[in-house]
Amino acid sequence: MSAPVEVSVTVNGIPWARTVEPRLLLSDFLRHELSLTGTHVGCEHGVCGACTVLVDGEAVRSCLLFAVQADGHVVTTVEGLAPAPGTLHPLQEAFREAHGLQCGFCTPGILMTLIPFLAEHPRPTDADIRAALSGHLCRCTGYRHIVDAVRLAAERQAAT
Amino acid sequence: MTRAFGAPIRRNEDARLLTGGARFVDDVHLPGMLHAAFLRSEYAHGRIVRIDPAAARERPDVVAVFTAADLGDYWRPGPLLVPPPPIEGLTFHEATQVPLAKEKVRHVGEPLAMVVATSRYAAEDALSTIELEVDPLEPVVDLEAALRPEAPLIHEAIGTNAAAHVRQRKGDWEAAKATAHRVIRRRFRYDRGASASIEGRAVVASWDSGSRDLTIWDTTQAPIPIRNGLAGMLGLLESQVRVIAPFIGGGFGPKIMMFYPEEVVVPWAAMRLGRPIKWTEDRQESFYATTQERGQIHDAELAVDADGRILGVRDVFLHDSGAYDTYGLTVPINSQCTLLGCYRVPAYDSEFTAVFTNKTLVTPVRGAGRQHGVFVMERLLDLAARELGMDRVEIRRRNLLEPDEFPHNHEIIFQDSAPLTYDSGNYLPALEEAVRRIGYDHFLAEEQPRLAAEGRRAGLGIVTYVEGTGIGPYEGARVTVEPSGQVRLATGVGTQGQGHFTSFAQIVADVLGVAVDAVHVTTGDTQAFHWGTGTFASRGAVVAGSACHAAATAVRDKALTHAAAALGVPHDGLELADGAVRVAAEPGRAIGLGELARRANPLRGAVRPGTEPGLEATAYFGPDRGSTASGVHAMIVEVDPETAMVAIRKYVVVHDCGRVINPLIVEGQIQGGVAHGIGNAFYEQLVFDDGGQLQNASFMDYLLPTADDVPAVEIAHIETPSPLNPLGVKGVGEAGCIPTGAAFAQAVEDALRDDGVEILEIPLSPSRLFDLLHAARGSG
Repeated sequence: MSAPVEVSVTVNGIPWARTVEPRLLLSDFLRHELSLTGTHVGCEHGVCGACTVLVDGEAVRSCLLFAVQADGHVVTTVEGLAPAPGTLHPLQEAFREAHGLQCGFCTPGILMTLIPFLAEHPRPTDADIRAALSGHLCRCTGYRHIVDAVRLAAERQAAT
Repeated sequence: MTRAFGAPIRRNEDARLLTGGARFVDDVHLPGMLHAAFLRSEYAHGRIVRIDPAAARERPDVVAVFTAADLGDYWRPGPLLVPPPPIEGLTFHEATQVPLAKEKVRHVGEPLAMVVATSRYAAEDALSTIELEVDPLEPVVDLEAALRPEAPLIHEAIGTNAAAHVRQRKGDWEAAKATAHRVIRRRFRYDRGASASIEGRAVVASWDSGSRDLTIWDTTQAPIPIRNGLAGMLGLLESQVRVIAPFIGGGFGPKIMMFYPEEVVVPWAAMRLGRPIKWTEDRQESFYATTQERGQIHDAELAVDADGRILGVRDVFLHDSGAYDTYGLTVPINSQCTLLGCYRVPAYDSEFTAVFTNKTLVTPVRGAGRQHGVFVMERLLDLAARELGMDRVEIRRRNLLEPDEFPHNHEIIFQDSAPLTYDSGNYLPALEEAVRRIGYDHFLAEEQPRLAAEGRRAGLGIVTYVEGTGIGPYEGARVTVEPSGQVRLATGVGTQGQGHFTSFAQIVADVLGVAVDAVHVTTGDTQAFHWGTGTFASRGAVVAGSACHAAATAVRDKALTHAAAALGVPHDGLELADGAVRVAAEPGRAIGLGELARRANPLRGAVRPGTEPGLEATAYFGPDRGSTASGVHAMIVEVDPETAMVAIRKYVVVHDCGRVINPLIVEGQIQGGVAHGIGNAFYEQLVFDDGGQLQNASFMDYLLPTADDVPAVEIAHIETPSPLNPLGVKGVGEAGCIPTGAAFAQAVEDALRDDGVEILEIPLSPSRLFDLLHAARGSG
């Protein structure tokens, strides 16, 4: 086993430093070292998208990165979306209103993909939304209410 | 106050799920916790010659390694979860799974040893250092080959690979066949799929040697039976064991096994080592070791008269049980019963043989075998309509049960051991509504020919189905009004995304006159409620929902009694609204439920004999039998004649689940079920080779439908209340996926009608459809 390595990373605005095995996945680092368990792990081979987080603002699959690769970077997880405890981010609010989740396991990863998507596509078509979602697997919803939620969030974003 | 029942209420649980605050099993982290990994068989069938974990035990991060030999008296085959129903002449051979394989392995992925180490990484590292010698035996994979006399035996003590044989009959099939105008006969295949919940299974167990309590977090759909079973096996009182099924990332059936080997071994090791242990399944393990959907082969015949009326059906089928038959005969009996569908079938002769194979266990997965029956019957009707030159909707119209035929006893036994009796239904309006919404006449008369003229192949499928739901035995609920006026509701069923935190709250909120978000629901924690069976067979809303209603009604009666005394007004002059009991004629005179709860729990003074403290009640509900939901699915597809890729252009579901508690949740269940059904029909297939090796055990190779593949389903509700429960509800959890394959097959066949392709199997895939298309062209 390789020697442990230092990882310094800012997660949801808070700087962390940890010494970890070089093979530790970013997903496991977030979940088990930092106790940020909102990031979920569904397949550990980069297909389901449940573990998606933002690294320097870009959506990435945290099961396909080692924690050490996030050294010196800025990570945002689902716990970092709502502006304050007890509140919801407008995207989260739209998911609640449109019933965009059932078991909620895949949801955090989907939200993290949609944050940069909606920034880059302020007026998405349904086809755009479906293309953005197509990198995520959801077994419960059949996607329709997720599409509704994204459309709702985009409309509100455009109106403000 | 507006009623919550029937309204599209936003879900109480969503804020926690959306912010990452909801706790799933793998989120549990305990001080000193160890991590488990399982060594699994790489052979489908083999004799264990030697297993030596000595080197693994030497590793610095490894705390313990256990094999079957280490389990001692604790090693025993699991219980038979569902004993077969009382059907005359039934034969059934029981062979249940074992905690860790001893002597033989019977499917790839069967656990052989458990490593416990300081991290999951270290535990997995150690697996490869366990020395294992297995003598491979010839695997039994194909259903028909399994029954040949020369086939190797999976369970030698049983002496056959036939796990069960069941024949159920009504009327006189031979007479029906003899008098028939036409008899349609075909062989139909329906192959295996995965449940593929995005959260895998997980177990965390913690033994507190001080309080002598064992706490288990488990991704189970049935926490109470798991608690009771484990207590018995571990020699503990049931009250010493607490099983928590917290938020669960999708269930779909396989999370209700009893027991998975990991559920048996992890708690035992946690007690033995005196440290908490976590095991979390990875996706590859999930493909091998989580129970699967069912393969079946049907040889079926349909006898019709010249007007297309059904005279009788004969069906002989094989059902793949996998390596063990722990779940009894639920799945094939569902297939057998659901085949009868919405129709009047005077004669039925159905027999099946359940077959042991060297493959992962088969237990119910969403639909639980119902889709097989629907597929066979609907395909037979399509074929009969074509032979008779009759419209396919018309042949269905002529055979639907009429409203005055309910309750309708089909004279065979259902999976719940009760006679298959439909409680209520109104089938023709649902069919006509689907015909209208899909634009059936317009499509056939104008759209399809217009597209054909452009060289495009479009087709329509329209099929009906029933879903036996809401079976017993019972569930319970406890409702408590706290002095704050907030309401606690506890029930024993686990929840996997169905919205129980909201739909159960709606039921209670209406009875007590409080807001839905004032009702705080606990499900799936045996410490909060320890009577009940679990979430399966689309029964949560029906059975647990009715128990919630009964408990809330009892609390309401208590509140009225206390309020009548406090306000000096008789019961019938009072009403519950806005969190208070008030005088109906004088709404300003009221007393809050919280205040009544306080008064019902005095610290001093005397209470009348027989008085129960608090505004609290526990109640149970057990239906006589299941309630039968029904509906119609219709879809329009377009098939690319070059690539055989299919695009779904329109999808309509007209659905009757009795009274709807929350249309938002019901529509989500149906849309999600349709997605599962579309996966089943065209994308998903577990492909085993002749050696019993699964060839596509990853999400890269096993395709789940994505947002690009699943259309927005147009959903219409018809409400025919069930007379079997006070709410009039029927289940809805499986409705979306049951008829999808049948509708898809009809639609694709319709699109390819010029090529004469017959679709007699599900799942299809673009490449399989391509082959069928070219075979038909070649022969035509």
